[in-house]
Amino acid sequence: MLQSVLHAAGIQSARIEALWWVMFWVTTAVTLVVLALVVVAVRRGLAADAMDVTERSSLRRVAVGTVLTAVILLGLIGGSVITSRALASQRSADALMIEVTAYQWWWAVEYQHPEPEQRVRTANELHIPVGKTVAIKLLANDVIHSFWVPALHGKLDAIPGHEATLWLRADQAGVYRGQCAEYCGHQHAHMAFVVIAEPPDVFERWIQAQRQTAHAPATEQEQRGLHLVQRTACVMCHTIRGTAAGGRIAPDLTHFASRSTIGAGTRPRTREYLDQWIKDPQAIKPGNRMPTLGLSDADRSAIVAYLEQLR
Amino acid sequence: MSRAPVIELPLTDEMLSRQSRELARTWAPARGIIGFFSEVDHKRIGMRFILTALAFFVLGGVLAALMRLQLAFPENTLIGPDLYNQLFTMHGTTMMFLFAVPVMEGLGLYFTPLLVGARTIALPRLAAFGYWIFLAGGVFLYVSFLLNIGPDNGWFSYVPLAGPEFGPGKRADTWAQLITFTEVASLVGAIVTIVTIFKYRRPGMTLDRVPMFAWAELVTSFMIIFAMPAVMLASTTLILDRLVGTHFFNQAEGGDPILYQHLFWFFGHPEVYLIFLPAQGLMSTLIQAFSSRPIVGYVWLVTALVATAFMGFGLWVHHMFTVGLPQNGSSFFTAASMMIAIPSGVQIFCWIATMWTGRVRLEPPMLFALGYFVIFIIGGMTGIMVASVPVDLQLHDTYFVVAHLHYVLIGGAVFPLFGALYYWFPKMTGRMPNRRLGMISFWLLFIGFNLTFFPMHQLGMIGMPRRVYTYLPGLGWETLNLAATAGAITMAIGALTLTVNAVYALRRGEAAAANPWQASTLEWSTSSPPPPHNFSPERVIASRDPLWDDPPGQPIVVGVRSDKREVLVTRLLDAEPDHRYHSPEPSIWPFVTAMATTFMLIWSIFSPWALVWGSIPPAIAMIFWFWPRGRSIDDETHPPEKGRPQLEAATGPA
Amino acid sequence: MSATVPVVDVSRLPSFAFGHRSILWWATLGLIAIEGTAFALMIAAYIYLKWRVPEWPPGVAPPDLMWGTLTTIVVLASCIPNHLTKKAAEQLDVGRTRLWIAVSLGFAIAFLVLRAFEFTTLNCWWDTNAYGSIVWMLLGAHTAHVITDVVDTAVIAAIFFTGPLDAHRFVDASENAAYYYFVVFSWLPIYAVIYLAPRLV
Repeated sequence: MLQSVLHAAGIQSARIEALWWVMFWVTTAVTLVVLALVVVAVRRGLAADAMDVTERSSLRRVAVGTVLTAVILLGLIGGSVITSRALASQRSADALMIEVTAYQWWWAVEYQHPEPEQRVRTANELHIPVGKTVAIKLLANDVIHSFWVPALHGKLDAIPGHEATLWLRADQAGVYRGQCAEYCGHQHAHMAFVVIAEPPDVFERWIQAQRQTAHAPATEQEQRGLHLVQRTACVMCHTIRGTAAGGRIAPDLTHFASRSTIGAGTRPRTREYLDQWIKDPQAIKPGNRMPTLGLSDADRSAIVAYLEQLR
Repeated sequence: MSRAPVIELPLTDEMLSRQSRELARTWAPARGIIGFFSEVDHKRIGMRFILTALAFFVLGGVLAALMRLQLAFPENTLIGPDLYNQLFTMHGTTMMFLFAVPVMEGLGLYFTPLLVGARTIALPRLAAFGYWIFLAGGVFLYVSFLLNIGPDNGWFSYVPLAGPEFGPGKRADTWAQLITFTEVASLVGAIVTIVTIFKYRRPGMTLDRVPMFAWAELVTSFMIIFAMPAVMLASTTLILDRLVGTHFFNQAEGGDPILYQHLFWFFGHPEVYLIFLPAQGLMSTLIQAFSSRPIVGYVWLVTALVATAFMGFGLWVHHMFTVGLPQNGSSFFTAASMMIAIPSGVQIFCWIATMWTGRVRLEPPMLFALGYFVIFIIGGMTGIMVASVPVDLQLHDTYFVVAHLHYVLIGGAVFPLFGALYYWFPKMTGRMPNRRLGMISFWLLFIGFNLTFFPMHQLGMIGMPRRVYTYLPGLGWETLNLAATAGAITMAIGALTLTVNAVYALRRGEAAAANPWQASTLEWSTSSPPPPHNFSPERVIASRDPLWDDPPGQPIVVGVRSDKREVLVTRLLDAEPDHRYHSPEPSIWPFVTAMATTFMLIWSIFSPWALVWGSIPPAIAMIFWFWPRGRSIDDETHPPEKGRPQLEAATGPA
Repeated sequence: MSATVPVVDVSRLPSFAFGHRSILWWATLGLIAIEGTAFALMIAAYIYLKWRVPEWPPGVAPPDLMWGTLTTIVVLASCIPNHLTKKAAEQLDVGRTRLWIAVSLGFAIAFLVLRAFEFTTLNCWWDTNAYGSIVWMLLGAHTAHVITDVVDTAVIAAIFFTGPLDAHRFVDASENAAYYYFVVFSWLPIYAVIYLAPRLV
């Protein structure tokens, strides 16, 4: 259940799940009681041959039912407001700051830092330390998207011209899947991401590794792959830090092989899928912005080899 | 009744039936092709609305079936993203704008005059115009869809996705203009309904004797008047941004995409009550008829309708909880969205009390009414969940909301609608539907509905967002989606049996008496189907349930001319007779105006000059529409150059 | 068979009525409610857009006061012939109705001419920015109402001069005058929003 509201792994989603269960039991009880009344009423009505037209006593019961309804609703409103306050109180001055920009149809992730060279850019995958508050600033590059990782929190819309911050804290280590939750065009269905919550020291190691420039190619095939990447259309859109690839309108590929999926969660990142993707991205995710490059099989294999070693 | 005294007259049955025949001739619908396009009979216009809306319902259902077939399996390749995005857009737009509101409007146009004891609706030509505009809009939308320029941004068409930068071509414009067509049709219907209920009631029908469905239509009509302008503004500003470069929603020039959401949902939330309130009126009608007793808590029920209408305007931000608005503001909307359950609760308790103290008959309309209790209550409970901001942050824009909205709309509106169509089928057609087929179709629809939509609650909770053309395997969504598809097929069969029942009954059904259900309201006092003039004779009303409680020998209303189309206009509060009014004759001009307006609206998608040059034909058509043809029938009142009019000489009964 | 039955005899009731007793009054009121709501929402949209930015109007000067204020004065003055038209119609006085409806029509046309000048003082186009868009929409929507009113009034005036006349045409003239009050009074908040709001600190 990687993407479930009912398997909360963070403080925010846990509060929401608790409220939901309260509402679930209360509403289920109310439903059963009211439906039981309907059944009894119908049975009495079916059995009746004379009619009881004393409206007053029926109205008294209607009044009682109404008052009970109001009381229950006030209770649920109270519970909701308490939960809202609890969620709002989870902000922290020394939170880990991450900026996520939603694009049609992928997620640009940038870990903030006062020194620009310490900032880390990646795509479609976030790592966060367990137990620490994270502030995700959401921006939208084009249309409205919505960042939603149900195991950790509710969703927040990324709206062009607006900035909104989602506060998270994972309390259990794990891999949590998220998906865009605001219809954003053609490939809204294939705009997923992953949040990996890990122990703080593991997280530190990860982010240090991400700060390095791209791993240099070793074998001849990999070198050829890098050479091709720098000479074809790849550089128009993608960045691989430490190479000539500096495009900013597609996912950062510097540590591409450290991520688990291709195409924002559309396919697992395996050699075979990567090869298919580069060969014909439109077959896998029709309408996405990556063009078909028309490379030869050998060229493509070299590029795949190079990318696969960008850990 | 000081100017309309009660007197004794030697009226014989023979005189009354002669008058009845003359009335039937006077009010007979116009004939031939020209007659078809000049129709102003409210029963025929209402029937057109109902049949056209049901046709769109079937189309919308076919679209949904296609969606369900695509979603039955993960990574299915039956339908690609482009077509799928159009399908869900067309499905929502069809159901909300071309089915749900128009079908209620159609029932209202057909039955409101019958319920209040009038010969016709007020402003019949305006109603006729409303039908043609509605039909034109629906045809326009579907032709666009078939030409591959149909909308594909969802039924609420958010910007910037639907804006000039990200929505190339004319797709979003076809959506926006469809809104204009349907909103004009609704507004026109609302005005007609309000004036009819306020001014055309039978003498003696004081406001506290007006039947529940008429009250529901009245309250709904007021809601329409205050809600529709918001969507008119949303769709107009959208077209302006796309066509002439305005910046209402362009954040780079001071605009804001959220403004669109406020404008749309200020309409969009009341919109669901526009669909739901008439259905609550239908519920009261059905529960009363099939519990064989007057509804318990009439005043409370009317108050609940009015309360729902007012409160319905204060909820719209609950569609925007994930937008990042301030927390305190959002909490207000949580409270309001939950409190609106109270008037619904009042109604449910009154209906239970009615059945409890009545004599229940389980005919198919009653089964549909009982289906409401199960389905709508579940929908209301999930509504309370998504009314809470924290819970909605998880559930918004997921299949949980899809489940919720279908539970409240289908349970809350479509089931009562089917019950009411069954109930009123004998009155409209003169034939009884088949009881057994009615029961079968109820069960197929009830079971099919729950099988389709109940799993969607779970799907939303385990992460499936809305509006996705496919999903990956391994997320645990497969079985639930397959179940939903099976349910959809079951529902389709249920809808098919309803249709078969209707067609069979029309050809071979038992002839229907005037009042086969022994109900209490005025439509059952006339033949099935009613004559063109609705009623003859017209007796003064003395109670809320005239066919059960009025004493025999109530005075008959005389003095309204039967050789010309004349109606009696009564006073708003107490329905005392006020004056006689010449009801407009059939005319081709509403149709011509509607076609000229259609041409202008379609042209305006392509050029703003359409609003200048294209407004000339409708203006000319309207001048012909309103230009008097000779003097009105009341020749006795031709005004002297100075001075006051003379009252007409008493004409007496025909 | 010659026994009598009780009847309510409405034959002596008139066949037309003015004011809230008339069908046309209610239809006109419905139209006013719809259009009034639309104007109110446009004003709300203006306020929303203004609230989002620190400088308003952004980058342009507020509209010049002269033409707008002149229009407002003329339109308020036009209430007088409008009132007289309504009164004449309610008295079924053909001569005076013809006179005052022609005068009202003259005022409405003058209003339209002055309105054209108002557009030139807005200092921006509808596609300059969001401010331009909302201001042009407000002024444009109200102008559309004035144009339709001029057409309606012209048609009714024409009928009064050419005939055929009967009591219902007087009701039409009376209701048209009532609707004109809406056109006038809906202008006042729009005037305040377009001309005065940008000058508020």
